[in-house]
Amino acid sequence: MWEYTDKVKEHFLNPKNVGEIEDADAVGEVGSLACGDALKLSLKLDEKERIIDAKFQTFGCASAIASSSALTEMIIGKTLEEAEKITNEHIAEYLGGLPKEKMHCSVMGRDALEKAIACYRGDAEKQVEGNIVCECFGVTDLEIERAVRENHLTDVESVTNYIKAGGGCGNCHEAIEQIIHSVLHDESAPLKQQPRLTNIQKIKLIEETISREIKPGLERDGGDIELVDVDGGRVLVRLCGSCASCKMAQVTLKDFVESKLRELVSPELTVEEVD
Amino acid sequence: MAVIYMDNNATTRVAPEVVEAMLPYFSEHYGNPSSMHSFGGEVAQKITEAREKIAALLGAKPNEIIFTSCGTESDSTAIHAAIRSNPEKTHIITSRVEHPAVKNRFERLSKQGYRVTFVPVDHQGRLDVDYLFDHLTPDTALVSLMWANNETGVIFPIGEIAKKLSGRGIVFHTDAVQAVGKIPINMDETPVDMLSLSGHKLHGPKGVGVLYVRKGTKFTPFLLGGHQERGRRGGTENVASIIGLGRAAELAGDMMAGENTRVRRLRDRLETELIARIPNAFVNGDPAHRLPNTTSIAFEFVEGESILLMMNQYGICASSGSACTSGSLEPSHVLRAMGVPFTAAHGSIRFSLSTYNVASEVDLVIEKLPPIIERLRSMSPFGRQSAGCAPAQR
Repeated sequence: MWEYTDKVKEHFLNPKNVGEIEDADAVGEVGSLACGDALKLSLKLDEKERIIDAKFQTFGCASAIASSSALTEMIIGKTLEEAEKITNEHIAEYLGGLPKEKMHCSVMGRDALEKAIACYRGDAEKQVEGNIVCECFGVTDLEIERAVRENHLTDVESVTNYIKAGGGCGNCHEAIEQIIHSVLHDESAPLKQQPRLTNIQKIKLIEETISREIKPGLERDGGDIELVDVDGGRVLVRLCGSCASCKMAQVTLKDFVESKLRELVSPELTVEEVD
Repeated sequence: MAVIYMDNNATTRVAPEVVEAMLPYFSEHYGNPSSMHSFGGEVAQKITEAREKIAALLGAKPNEIIFTSCGTESDSTAIHAAIRSNPEKTHIITSRVEHPAVKNRFERLSKQGYRVTFVPVDHQGRLDVDYLFDHLTPDTALVSLMWANNETGVIFPIGEIAKKLSGRGIVFHTDAVQAVGKIPINMDETPVDMLSLSGHKLHGPKGVGVLYVRKGTKFTPFLLGGHQERGRRGGTENVASIIGLGRAAELAGDMMAGENTRVRRLRDRLETELIARIPNAFVNGDPAHRLPNTTSIAFEFVEGESILLMMNQYGICASSGSACTSGSLEPSHVLRAMGVPFTAAHGSIRFSLSTYNVASEVDLVIEKLPPIIERLRSMSPFGRQSAGCAPAQR
């Protein structure tokens, strides 16, 4: 049995704003029978683009119905511009949280809202953007990327919980992992593009990177590392603990320490070991 | 609110007679049946009696009964024994609609180098027996097939298959967890090598199961330990539960006729009335070869979890083949193997009755469910499709 909050139960058993607005200004439809859930959202706007009415029709489980009901309650009275800022996390929060396996229900709400707004603004019906990665549920790489970015997802299982991708045959797990990896990699990218660091900034950043990213990795194997000096692009370090006597130390230095520092601080750095 | 329990394929109420039989073995008679003193020896005698009662229900001999901790352990033990006793063979066969206890074990073995044949079923859940026999090879170590399906109640022709497999040097195991106590089973006439059953599916306690191993079948223990169960399953006996299971087996034998008349009539009325009152609803599974207590009904254009939670408001307990109830995203592998369309699989509900159900409970479900389906359909963007149009194609 799922652990639904009282608010989810309330919105499921007594959903608000069920139905379809006859002369709707905007309609957003997502999902399908095959996927197991679908939502049709219709909106009525005033001349100032304020949502004066919203109705939904949902096929799905309790949390899908509750998420739809919550969404309509959240957006009525808001301008399109305000409504646009609502994320799936907001919907889940409004409901007092959703079981993690059910987060995709809140994503469906956000998607329907987005489609409705696009429909109102006359944006051409979005072509399927990107390439389908998950064949079972028709999820594209761009959608996966967005879910990973917005919800800080770090593994395939949570991607599946949020947008279903990977929940069927499982053939796409590797592709999803690659997307997660590239997004995580990307997020640290801005550091690379920073303007030239002053010497002090550079040393600080090197220190931080070593203690946050590098030390924990080495400590797991009983090793340790100490920053001795920074001379221009040369980073001088001392390996201690089990690293000091390890035959693989040079490999560790180049493949792990140096590549981390290049990635997170500056691509010009080289790492050297000193006694 | 009274509970209307129609989820007996998930678990059953422990019969009051069973509870009564068990209680003294927690408090007064707590001896270890392996002990030399008579305080333990008396308990061992009770286990012997329980073994005889189970053997009687199955038409087996008492020394063919091994007590285990559950149906899953029985299945794992049987599969383990079959492949370990035939180490030179690398092909094993099962069906596409097995319980996870067998399905996942076979999937694991396929990753470990075994060649696995999954025998398909037709749209009514009937096993493709010809496919099974076409795929036997001299390399086949094991065939494992469920006797009755937990989701649809469909019964496989285990007797017929056992006779045709007999004498080929292939171990034949059947997961009879759902069948025992509901339909007659006689090992004397059915040359099955191993059979699994579970206590809590036949009004016994949870945490006890049985593996029947025909005399002469090669066996390798799964749980190694003491000499309990004649060295075939280590671990101190779950005394109270074994005694309870013995009593439950006795009761099941007595109640089998009622199960196949009174319970069957209740099930049939529930099914017929729901289908008559709710448009776009149909039964999953072969109505002619089905457990007397089970019906799986697909309600198109609605989702199972929503149905269950709305029925829950009235205390009605059933279960669903929908994805949303299981935490996975795809509907039940059983319904998919049968080719039930996704539109219907997501909205499939299983009612499984027992001898404790009464007519007024069936009446209540017949009264409460149609408005629930109607309400959910009215909420659904696909609801229109269900209004008055022809039933979906199968």
